[in-house]
Amino acid sequence: MKSNSSNKKMGLSTILTIASLIGIVVLLYMIDQHGFLGSYWTRVLRLSGVYAISALSMNLVNGFTGQFSLGHAGFMAIGAYVTSLLIIPTPNKAIQYYVTPVLDFVGKMHAPFWLALILGGLLAAIAAFFIGFPVLRLKGDYLAIATLGFSEIIRIFITNLIPITNGPMGLKNIPASANIWWTTGICTLTVVFMLRLMDTSYGRAIKAIRDDETAAEAMGISLFRHKMMAFMMGAFFAGVSGGLIASVVGTINPGFFRFTLAYEILLIVVLGGLGSITGSVVGAFVLTISREWLRFLDNGFSILGIIKVPPIAGMRMLFFSVLLMIVILYSRRGLFGSNEFTWAGLFAFPGKWKNKAANLFDSAKQKAGRKK
Amino acid sequence: MVQWPTLYMFLQSMANAISIGSLYALVAIGYTMVYGILRLINFAHGDIFMMSMYFAFYLVAAFALPWYISFPLAILATGIMGIIVERSAYRPLRDAPRISLLISSIGVSYLFQNFAVVVFSGIQKQFPQVPFLQEMVVIGKVRIQVLTFVMPVVTAVFVAALLFLVNKTKVGMAMRASSKDFETSRLMGIDVNRIISVTFAVGSMLAALGAIMWGLKYPKIDPYVGSMPGLKCFIAAVIGGIGNINGAVVGAMLLGFIEIMIVLFLPALSAYKDAFAFVALIAILLFRPTGLLGEKKADKV
Amino acid sequence: MKRLVAIGLVFAMALTALAGCGGGGGGGQTSGGGGGGETDVIKIGVFQPLTGAYSAGGTIEVQGVDLAKKYCEEKFGKLLGKEVELVIVDNKSDTVEAATAAAKLVEDDKVDIVLGSWGSGLCMAGGDSFKNSKTIAIGASCTNPNVTIGNDYYYRICFLDPFQGTVLANYAYNTLGATKVAAIYEATNDYAVGLYNFFKEAFETLGGEIVETQMYQTEDQDFNSQILTVMAKEPEIIFAPGVESAAAIMMRQTREAGYNDVIFMGGDTWETPMLIDLGGEFVEGCIVTTFFDPAAPLNDITAEFVELYTAEYGTPPAAFTALGFDSYLTAFQAITEAGSTDSDAIMAVLENIVVKGVTGDIAFNEIGDAIKNMAVLKTVQNGEFVFMDTVTIE
Repeated sequence: MKSNSSNKKMGLSTILTIASLIGIVVLLYMIDQHGFLGSYWTRVLRLSGVYAISALSMNLVNGFTGQFSLGHAGFMAIGAYVTSLLIIPTPNKAIQYYVTPVLDFVGKMHAPFWLALILGGLLAAIAAFFIGFPVLRLKGDYLAIATLGFSEIIRIFITNLIPITNGPMGLKNIPASANIWWTTGICTLTVVFMLRLMDTSYGRAIKAIRDDETAAEAMGISLFRHKMMAFMMGAFFAGVSGGLIASVVGTINPGFFRFTLAYEILLIVVLGGLGSITGSVVGAFVLTISREWLRFLDNGFSILGIIKVPPIAGMRMLFFSVLLMIVILYSRRGLFGSNEFTWAGLFAFPGKWKNKAANLFDSAKQKAGRKK
Repeated sequence: MVQWPTLYMFLQSMANAISIGSLYALVAIGYTMVYGILRLINFAHGDIFMMSMYFAFYLVAAFALPWYISFPLAILATGIMGIIVERSAYRPLRDAPRISLLISSIGVSYLFQNFAVVVFSGIQKQFPQVPFLQEMVVIGKVRIQVLTFVMPVVTAVFVAALLFLVNKTKVGMAMRASSKDFETSRLMGIDVNRIISVTFAVGSMLAALGAIMWGLKYPKIDPYVGSMPGLKCFIAAVIGGIGNINGAVVGAMLLGFIEIMIVLFLPALSAYKDAFAFVALIAILLFRPTGLLGEKKADKV
Repeated sequence: MKRLVAIGLVFAMALTALAGCGGGGGGGQTSGGGGGGETDVIKIGVFQPLTGAYSAGGTIEVQGVDLAKKYCEEKFGKLLGKEVELVIVDNKSDTVEAATAAAKLVEDDKVDIVLGSWGSGLCMAGGDSFKNSKTIAIGASCTNPNVTIGNDYYYRICFLDPFQGTVLANYAYNTLGATKVAAIYEATNDYAVGLYNFFKEAFETLGGEIVETQMYQTEDQDFNSQILTVMAKEPEIIFAPGVESAAAIMMRQTREAGYNDVIFMGGDTWETPMLIDLGGEFVEGCIVTTFFDPAAPLNDITAEFVELYTAEYGTPPAAFTALGFDSYLTAFQAITEAGSTDSDAIMAVLENIVVKGVTGDIAFNEIGDAIKNMAVLKTVQNGEFVFMDTVTIE
């Protein structure tokens, strides 16, 4: 009887999943073919998708493996530059290098978008291999600062290798191949990959490392090998997301890939919930969309028609950072904690919320009691 | 590729390196103190640095106070701001995982930068000048700003005072105890929250002192002026062994020397100057993972 | 529970605040449906970094646009019988943000023409959006040649780096008679790298020698090592293209190190009141190329502009403010002459337009760059920029 009901539930959630996938595809079709949202909001959605991929890749390293890495900006830069150099039409490339002529090899290379993305990801992964070799022995904050250092070193090299990267002059006319199908598609693929990965023995091993390194090692898990694999996979997806972002924006320069970019992605990951795949995706969409949506604050506004605020540049970001602080302080495990979205969870949501409130109340009472 | 400097160039560079190193040291100590007690990389430290520059600027520009009144006031205001930041952004997360604390500090850093853009605008301002500190002293051919002599002295005085505070006073004892273990310290009757507040106040005031020295040497203020010194000084603190006051001074001096000397001896690499700081950092972390003077800690099993 | 209440309260407050602006303020915002049908205003988009690393530059350029709007309202009244509305978006000095902001301008705000941005990289990020939506953009101060190449819809009213580099090289070699020049430039800045390379090319062609080259990064504030290295080669001139704050501090450190004779030269970014504010006595005698001279007005507008600006802000205007002003004038005149806000009509007009601007006459070549063959050289004397010379390159 029991198994029957769980089967039934399983069936229901499969149907719901398929239905919502079809819904997404129809929505994408509407957006792509009928200009359903207009190019501005479509662009915001494309960006959200790309940020979701970077957030997932960071979550793999930081949330699931428990290795605090801040090197993502560097890997994204590698992916972005490799992809861009491969997909910019060759006749167009030479004109852009107006300061120092482009290296012959770089000027001539060309590849289709999908291959360029994969190559960008692979190169980022190779870089991660060489960086990971020394730094993955470090732990916690030390690992964070060392990876941040490497990402800055990558950026400084990109700035100065002018014959290859055009340095600070940046690259432009990057074909806008990454339409909403690409970004959403690759985002979905990444989610599926991550979900699958977490179900394998490898996924369980990295989670064991996160929870307790010493215990994991005692169980015979090779720490270095697993950390390295996670680091390289993370770098691969970061590279892919970098390539996508280059194509969405159409131009890149080294200044974009400063270490602060890693902070921004970290904010997405933490807001969504460290160790939650759903969280990273939702976090990316929520943060990217709300940042755009808040734009009207820059133009001046009035609070209930009483207090008039004149247009001040930066008001939007100020409000955004205040909201962010509130979320950080009051919802410290992020939107999803380390849980995933399930249909059953959705249906149980109202009840769960009640429970949660009751729990909070209890713990508050307990705390109050303890204080006395 | 290698440039062999003349004796004059070398001596002049030594003077420059010492002055930069002691600047870095003041800010690095702030990092180290906060880290020592909370195990928190305070990403907002550079922005506290920035805010104190604005305090000093507005006290002089808007209230027309002379520098010898406005600078101490700015330092005091920054100390109070440090306490407020700690209370509102870090204390609520005392029992949360460390990454929440770190994220909170990134959030505070964002908040300060965006606040400064809205309130002070992005247009640069000039830090108030103190003419006699900017006079030049000429020794042989080497020219040194008076400030360059003042900075190491200020740094040394404050380090000595801090070491006294940490090692000899009751508050310092409580600080050391709290840095080892909150729970036990609490049981021993230490008001851990108060100790953390004091630590933040002292750390922030050091950042303010560093900021004022920085402003006298490099008189530009804008909302992002704290981010690079913040990062550099953090690196200095890690190189020296974060959590260790002497280490912060050693790391800062070392970083100052590396930056100046590499450009002096290898001028062709001047475009890679910032990379050196990171290379030095990574090299030291690999060979001495806890920094030059850091204590080696065994993992608890 | 207390927490939940607190969160609820904060969000309720936030929501009412948001609701309030939807109803009451919302000056610059078009509410959903009205955008397309509205025809009683002409919208001019202002695409500038108002926060982030370039906020100083963006802010002073917007000042010029604001001033120009007032000026035109007073002098010419309405544009094609309609009010002009400035839609200012902040591109945050960030490439990705710039691309989105540009899309918002053309798609959401449906502006008729765009002005800006400071920072060529940001212009390029917005370029695709303007091109795809067939919206004309007029850059004020972006000197990177790549901005207009391959983009028919991007115009610019300033001169380009190759021109500026040549002017400076000619002046250094021919007028100052210098043969040994050293350079210290900002390696992370497209403008500085470009200008340095064009200067070098022109100077070496003339027969001069670049004796030493040093670089620095945007956030650097200590140039003592670079100065020592450079001065060991005894140059007559230090060419130091980059942001004005770094330049001011560099000159200060050079003079403090006892090198009083070497002359500093730089490009148009230096001509801001900030250079003198930050550098004080130490920037005396440095030479900059720029676009206009308030003291020797190229035409009446220059004088009027300087007067207007000084009355409004209390300081002399920066060159970028003048360019911002001119970008608005150009847009205003082009729309007036075209008689409509249709991009094709405006483009046809821009081909042959001559705008009398603060920075001189503005006309465009087939790429969309301003045809300028004359630059003004200025120096700092007694805490003010004073006119030195004009250099014309054919």
